[in-house]
This record gives sequence, structure tokens and C-alpha cells, in this order.
Amino acid sequence: MLHTIQIIVAGFFILAGLFFFTTATLGLLRFPDFYCRLHATGKGDTLGTLLMIVGFMIYEGFHLLSIKFVLIPLFLFMASPTVTHSIGRAGVSCGVEPWEKKETEKTEEVS
Amino acid sequence: MHYLVTSTILFILWIIMSGFFDAFHLVLGGLMSLLLAHFSWDLLFENTKMPFSKRISEIFRFTNYVFWLLYQIVLANLHVARLVLDPKLPINPKIIRVPTKLKKDVSFVTYANSITLTPGTITIGVERDYLLVHAIDDKVADDLFSGAMEQRIARVFEVDEKP
Repeated sequence: MLHTIQIIVAGFFILAGLFFFTTATLGLLRFPDFYCRLHATGKGDTLGTLLMIVGFMIYEGFHLLSIKFVLIPLFLFMASPTVTHSIGRAGVSCGVEPWEKKETEKTEEVS
Repeated sequence: MHYLVTSTILFILWIIMSGFFDAFHLVLGGLMSLLLAHFSWDLLFENTKMPFSKRISEIFRFTNYVFWLLYQIVLANLHVARLVLDPKLPINPKIIRVPTKLKKDVSFVTYANSITLTPGTITIGVERDYLLVHAIDDKVADDLFSGAMEQRIARVFEVDEKP
């Protein structure tokens, strides 16, 4: 009985993680330019990975492996934004023009 | 003192990663962590004059901040997921300048990385007194300009600097 609950909760977390991975991939396909795609790929993953690893931890139960599982997001949360930042800065220094909405440009000038 | 703390942290990490508890592996790991701490203890502790009691309270405040950040990440991720799934794709990307008053390197890095971690905003440039941020729509840009995140980071790392 307890084992069933464990599997259901773990499955819920893993599915939630998969949902965020899916939105990240959809964003990669749908967004119009370099910088917006960076938004989708760089960070949909962080929450997705966190949720999935929480799911794995619940599925496995508590032992030494779960401490290792904690170390993965710890590293990821430092490495992932740094890499995203450096890719974005490379884009700026190469002179990639950011995509902008045409009609909102004027309203921004006024406000 | 700093040397011993660094080697202890390395040794704990070794035990977690190896998963072996017999004498050979423990002695080997202990020797290696002492050796590594000898080379690299000044990387972990930048400000050696800071007393340890202060550092421990800083770690507690930082942990507190991390939980707040996780909550923000969940909120912002849901927001971006809604943007992506909307058939009209209602995004309004722009590059904004976010002025900042943070002074320490640690708080600067934490601020820039937190901005990038919260979905919808990416730090693409860091200067001494402002950050270049690419925001995906107006809501996330407004969230950033409210300065809540910067204040929290200042409360964690720059307590003694405040007048």
C-alpha cells in the first residue's frame, strides 16, 4: 500500500518534470529569434530536472543515492545559468539583432 | 582553520560520492582531501578575516534565499509555460538595463544567476553598476524592476556594508 503511494507520488513529480521539458522544447520550436530560444532551452530544463530528480528520490527511497541526487541540481543550478549567460553574451558581441514586435514599439516610446 | 574546514568538506563529498566505508578508501580519501585542500583552500573562502559565526549565519540566510528563489522559479516557469502554449504567442521581447547597487562579487554573481534562473529573463551583460537583461514580456520585466530579488540578495551578503 505504502509502496503504491510512493510510486504514484514519484510518477506525479516525474510527469510534472516532463511537462516543463515539453514546454521548453515547444518554446524552442515556436519562439522567433536567438534570444527567445535561449529562454526556452536554458531554463525550462532547470525546473524540469529538479522535479524529475525529486521524483527519482521518492521512487528510490532514502539512502546514499538520494544525497547524490541532491548534488546534481546543486551543480546544475550553478552551471546552467552561467552557460546560458555566456551564450547570450556571445550573441550580443557578435551583433545578433533581437526580434521585436512591430506594433508595441510605438506604445513603448509613449510610455 | 580554513584549511581544515575545506578538507573536511572535501572528505564528506568523497564519502558521499564513493559509497565505500572500508579503511582503505577512507584513508585514501582523507589523504587526497588534505592534499587538495592544501592547494585550493583559498578558493572556497575568499574573505579569510570573516569570523565563522558570521559565515554560518550567512549560509542560513542563503539557504532561506534559495527556497524563496525556488518558489519564484516555479511561478515564473508556469508563466512562461502559459506563454509557450498560447496559440497567439503573446511575447514582447526587449533588452532592458537593470541598475544595481550591489558591491560584492558574490552577490553580483548570485544576482545575475538568479535572473537567468527565473524563466523569462536572461542576463546577457554585466557591468559595474547595471545589468543588461533580455526579458521575454512586460510582466517579467516589471517583476525585475520591482527590485525584490536585489533587496533579498543584499540582505544575505551585504549586511555589514549597509550604513
